[in-house]
Amino acid sequence: MDGKRGLSFYILTGVFILFLIFLYGPTITIAILSFQGPEGGLTFPMRGTSLHWFRDLFAEQAVGDIWGSFRRSLALSMMVMVTTIVLSVMGGLAFRRRFAGSTVLFYVIIASLVIPSILVSLGVGLMFNQLGWNINWYTSAFGAQLTWTLPFGLLIMFAVFNRFDRSFEEAARDQGANPWQVFRHIVLPLIAPSLIGVALFGFTLSYDEFARTLLTAGSRNTLPLEIYGMTTNVTTPVIFALGTLTTVFSFCVIGTFIVFALIWQKRQARRVSDAGKGMV
Amino acid sequence: MSSQDQTAPRASLTSAATPGTEAGKPSLARRILSDGFSSWALALPVTLVLAFFLLAPIALIVVVSFWGSTSFSIYPAFIFDNYEYLLGSQVTYSVFLQTLKFAFLTWAITLVLGFTIAYYLTFHIHSLTWQIVLFLLCTIPFWTSNIIRMISWIPFLGRNGIANQSLMNMGVIDQPLEWLLFSEFSVTLAFVHLYTLFMVVPIFNTMMRIDKSLIAAARDAGANGFQILTNVVIPLCKPGMMIGSIFVVTLVMGDFITVRFMSGSQIANMGRLIQNDISLLAYPGAAATSVVLLITVLIMVAVMLRLVDIRKEL
Repeated sequence: MDGKRGLSFYILTGVFILFLIFLYGPTITIAILSFQGPEGGLTFPMRGTSLHWFRDLFAEQAVGDIWGSFRRSLALSMMVMVTTIVLSVMGGLAFRRRFAGSTVLFYVIIASLVIPSILVSLGVGLMFNQLGWNINWYTSAFGAQLTWTLPFGLLIMFAVFNRFDRSFEEAARDQGANPWQVFRHIVLPLIAPSLIGVALFGFTLSYDEFARTLLTAGSRNTLPLEIYGMTTNVTTPVIFALGTLTTVFSFCVIGTFIVFALIWQKRQARRVSDAGKGMV
Repeated sequence: MSSQDQTAPRASLTSAATPGTEAGKPSLARRILSDGFSSWALALPVTLVLAFFLLAPIALIVVVSFWGSTSFSIYPAFIFDNYEYLLGSQVTYSVFLQTLKFAFLTWAITLVLGFTIAYYLTFHIHSLTWQIVLFLLCTIPFWTSNIIRMISWIPFLGRNGIANQSLMNMGVIDQPLEWLLFSEFSVTLAFVHLYTLFMVVPIFNTMMRIDKSLIAAARDAGANGFQILTNVVIPLCKPGMMIGSIFVVTLVMGDFITVRFMSGSQIANMGRLIQNDISLLAYPGAAATSVVLLITVLIMVAVMLRLVDIRKEL
């Protein structure tokens, strides 16, 4: 806490580095192990290095419908992401004023965050069953995942609008802009960087969601379900290869979002505004 | 907030247009028309999604928990068999305690760890850029797959894993430790690994908002580092600690996959009881366990929400 760096700085730096190793170490370990030679097992030592297990992934057969499940996961995450952005912005705008039922809705949103995933999964599955509807990744799983991504999106938007300077809107309104024009030309550009944050949550939480999809996806799996299935019957490093690939994919997605957010923030720093700083 | 300064000019316009009829207060219809974006209309889609995919399914679970079941089907009824069976079994209580134990252990460890990390980022890193970079480093794993992150521990903790081999090479142990993987230890470790971020983020968020002059004032008044920590920083971080705690406790209470995977199916928690019933197609039993779990979680959250006003923290 002192300006000069005392003993506590070095101790805490050590703790922080250990924490990072703890966070990333296992992931790096399986990334290394996924390059095992064809004879290699699930743990060290490495028996040669090869791309054998990655090649296995691309060959049809042994490991189920990985690419089909990847495509479905991708499509589902895009659907969830777009829906989360649109509904969160609308919800954020709605909550700028108190309205009848707003407190109840707020606590339902919190409930959506704290109710165990398995209950949502079970409930949605049962409901579709009782209604005589088929469960599908693009209907029941889509809805079940929204109950997890929407609270994050909405809470981000609430935080953003709490810090939002209304004088810009008032200025536009004074000049005769209609509500849609105010939203399109004033509000939307100002909240855009935070929307990238909402998009990131919407996409990644859906892409990796397991529990809420388990009982709602039906016969055609998403990628996390496919990977889960593999853990019970695959005992070769092919599962590490898949894990490494999907983690690399996640890193690329996260990196893209972060770069976008930084660019937006730079652009905005040039025009004078402090909106959107609520979310990093 | 500023709903007043928004309606005020409009109200005066209205009363000017129709003198005497709507003194000061515009009608609902007129407000919807003049606002263009009515709050209700805007909140409707979210409300519908949550009503249909959260409230209705949970209500159905409560209803089904009173239904009856045979070994191959379930039928509507209003019976307490599922609860009698659940609450009459000794297993339920030990599983319930095990669930609480994981929640408490994970909560305590992630709280201390998360607080330490947030404290380091806030008070020891002085450049905003570095704060953001290091903070992102801590949060990125949150956006990757939990299942992959669990699988990643196997080469580390296994019988012939890195941990055992290093310890044996160092001569600390003669034979592999059996309790590293598929044990309470590995389950707790995985929980801490997965969920510490949920503590770091909200605590860091509140800590960054602490006015640094308060700390300077405390030091001027003669407080030492430890006293500043306990008398200034920790009290001001309570909201963040509470929000983090809500996340961690509810995630661990409702978990089934981490316990299943990291214990090699040898340890049970409430979530696994539910999942077992589901795999046996015993939905009413699963529903009854779900209701007990739901009530437990909601009580815990209600208690924690009394200690923090989330709407103020946003």
